[in-house]
Amino acid sequence: MESVLKITWKRLPLSSNFAIAQAVKDSDVDVVSAYPITPQTTVVERISEFIANGELKAEMIHVESEHSAMSAAIGASAFGARAFTATASQGLELMHELLHIASGLRLPIVMSVAARALSAPISIWGDYTDVMNARDTSWVTLIASTAQEAYDSIIQAYKIAEDPRVFLPVMVAYDGYAMSHTYEPVYVSEKADAFKDYIPKNPQWYTLNPDKPVTIGSIASPDWYYEFKYQQVVAMKNAYDVVKEADEEYGKRYERKYGIIEEDGVEGSDITFVTYGGIFGTLKESVEELRKKGEKIGLARIRLFRPFPSEDIAKIAEKTKALVVLDRAITYGVGISGPVSREIISSLYSSGIERNVYSFIIGIGQRTVTEKDMAAIYEKTKEMLASHEKQKESIYWGVRE
Amino acid sequence: MGWKELPRGGSILEPGNSESRYTGDWRTFKPVIKQDKCTRCLRCWIVCPEPAIYIIDKPYATSSGRQFKFSVEVNYDYCKGCGMCVEECEPKAIDWVEEEK
Amino acid sequence: MMAKPFFRTVYDVPREEYLAPGHGLCAGCTAGTIVKLLLKVAGPNTIVVNATGCVEVSTTPFPYTSWKVPWIHVAFENAAAVASGIESALKALKAKGVLDPSKKINIIALAGDGGTYDIGFQALSGMLERGHKVMYVLYDNEAYMNTGIQRSGGTPVYAWTTTTPVGKILKGKIQQKKPIAEIVAAHRIPYVATANPGYFADMMNKFKKGLEVDGPSFVHVIQPCTTGWKFDPRYGIVLARLATETGLWINWEQEEGQFRVTVTVPRRKHVRHYFELQGRFSHLTPEEIEAIQKEVDLEADRINKLVGRTVIGPLVE
Repeated sequence: MESVLKITWKRLPLSSNFAIAQAVKDSDVDVVSAYPITPQTTVVERISEFIANGELKAEMIHVESEHSAMSAAIGASAFGARAFTATASQGLELMHELLHIASGLRLPIVMSVAARALSAPISIWGDYTDVMNARDTSWVTLIASTAQEAYDSIIQAYKIAEDPRVFLPVMVAYDGYAMSHTYEPVYVSEKADAFKDYIPKNPQWYTLNPDKPVTIGSIASPDWYYEFKYQQVVAMKNAYDVVKEADEEYGKRYERKYGIIEEDGVEGSDITFVTYGGIFGTLKESVEELRKKGEKIGLARIRLFRPFPSEDIAKIAEKTKALVVLDRAITYGVGISGPVSREIISSLYSSGIERNVYSFIIGIGQRTVTEKDMAAIYEKTKEMLASHEKQKESIYWGVRE
Repeated sequence: MGWKELPRGGSILEPGNSESRYTGDWRTFKPVIKQDKCTRCLRCWIVCPEPAIYIIDKPYATSSGRQFKFSVEVNYDYCKGCGMCVEECEPKAIDWVEEEK
Repeated sequence: MMAKPFFRTVYDVPREEYLAPGHGLCAGCTAGTIVKLLLKVAGPNTIVVNATGCVEVSTTPFPYTSWKVPWIHVAFENAAAVASGIESALKALKAKGVLDPSKKINIIALAGDGGTYDIGFQALSGMLERGHKVMYVLYDNEAYMNTGIQRSGGTPVYAWTTTTPVGKILKGKIQQKKPIAEIVAAHRIPYVATANPGYFADMMNKFKKGLEVDGPSFVHVIQPCTTGWKFDPRYGIVLARLATETGLWINWEQEEGQFRVTVTVPRRKHVRHYFELQGRFSHLTPEEIEAIQKEVDLEADRINKLVGRTVIGPLVE
């Protein structure tokens, strides 16, 4: 690997939305096609400003809906351009068929999703139901918990997506409102072309080029379809290594990295909390307080949600006695309705590791969760453990009777 | 062909390879161009949807002494027997013949 | 002063084929004719964005493709949006010096009435409003043919389709055909035209003009469908011509706001000549046919007034 390029950083107060817009600029994106939706709007507004000021040389397509936003991104990516879009909630739902098509056509599009609750009733506030709802779409999915991570993850996302072992679109999710609109100090590159060695422009995927005509998007009969879908299975599997490598290289070059699952104090702990997104900050504060009182609590934050890091979770489970999973989404119609808790339970079953996994649903529609709630959840978990309770239903923390 | 050799995502990398599908077995009637009556107006060539009518470098002298530098022929590998060329032909130079089985 | 048309005779038509035979379009499908001629005008430096429909499905059954130019199919309702993305990518890469700025690549969105009138309307309107340099070609067979002949916004009134069948109480489609080309023209784009494969030179000239304007263009082509309109496959082009000869399908163009009729009909035929050949209209009563004839007469008058001379002549036959 070539010598580390020393980047000069500037430290700016940015919301996750503005940090993402900055990352899009620093990734030298060619085409942005997006439709405004709360709480993503300021991503697109900031990108528009960069383009209007000549700081980002990209075409912005002011599409007339999110369905067209993803359609145009697919067209641009199929032409060989670096494409970006951003959305949330209803917008993500409107483009849903195209999420499958983008991954089916194996196009390296990157999209940021300001995780927001789904209608009905309409809620503009944050939770992860929209992101979780897209988990079957074969998009590599990273969940950021700080604005800095959002910035870095967008840049890493292009490296992951454009890797020939993957060629899948990548989604970077983060808390709607709690992160999209709150300011944090973020280190961003001073120079626009700083990442050009990390993510060079070299489209290796099938593109629409008159010099080499290809047909993209054929109809596949039962004799053919299955193999194309299996190719995606393999690409998703490969994505795990590619995500890790992209993060490691980022760390070597730019001295910041995040890993697959962020963990703290898991080894030897009695109970380990697992969650994702910005709520991890609140969780950390509560756990630190509880640790001061002598509680042996571990912390794990899932950064890579798809492909799901089953082996990493199994390793974490081995080092602790029980897991408490805090989900911010509901998958209706099953007793354990927290999507990540289901993934974890399934991972442990496959690994042959037996641990109690307790599922709590929190922060739905941005219902406030405080350190007090975290402490109370911890107490409840201790109770359930002591009575050897096998959870049949997730606990919907904070629902008023 | 398995998932390893197949192109990604159902893309097809050889342009125009449908030429290996001989749709000629669709038809029950076939057009037969009578070179002697054909005025080389090329209207059949214009309308054929496959296309299965070709302009070929074959000079021809009609029995009435008219000289043509090229000829028009049907490619029976692809002709589906729709009959649009027969309708289009003004000098009625195309016969409509039932296929022998 | 109108420029001399590029295509006048058959000998102006390029010989090179960019549509390969071996596709699965019905025998006698005039869409094959239209697409073949479209590609001859556009040439090899062309990207085709095809909506789901007859043409898409019949020309690209994996592992076979009939396309000799780069081609993409994404979904049913978004040919215009995908084309917008490609056009923007082309602009962006030229601006960044990745692509030679003088390299000319045609971008054509190709869709049926299915993917345009109804489900594709939003994406089309958005593309037109934003002014992308894309030519949208609508091949109109007046129903959702690929899924088995269901009515669309482009189905003419009274026509039989599987969802507007001829029963005891309801007989065929109730609503009028949506005036799609007029709606597109109302977007004030540089070039809009209606065309007919029965008049190949006029149609090809319109494709050429559409590809040359600096902005969006739209060519609406009537596409007789042997299977859905229920006629003997040999009559595809004959019927296309009859549509114009009866005044039911007027070939016009609007170029930078200037409207003109490009195929005049000096002696007009009675509409029954058109309906008689099609099974989908076999239930039409003489009263209904006369009602339609009156509508056509009125429209001919309106067009003649608009243009300032008689382009659609009197009913003669």
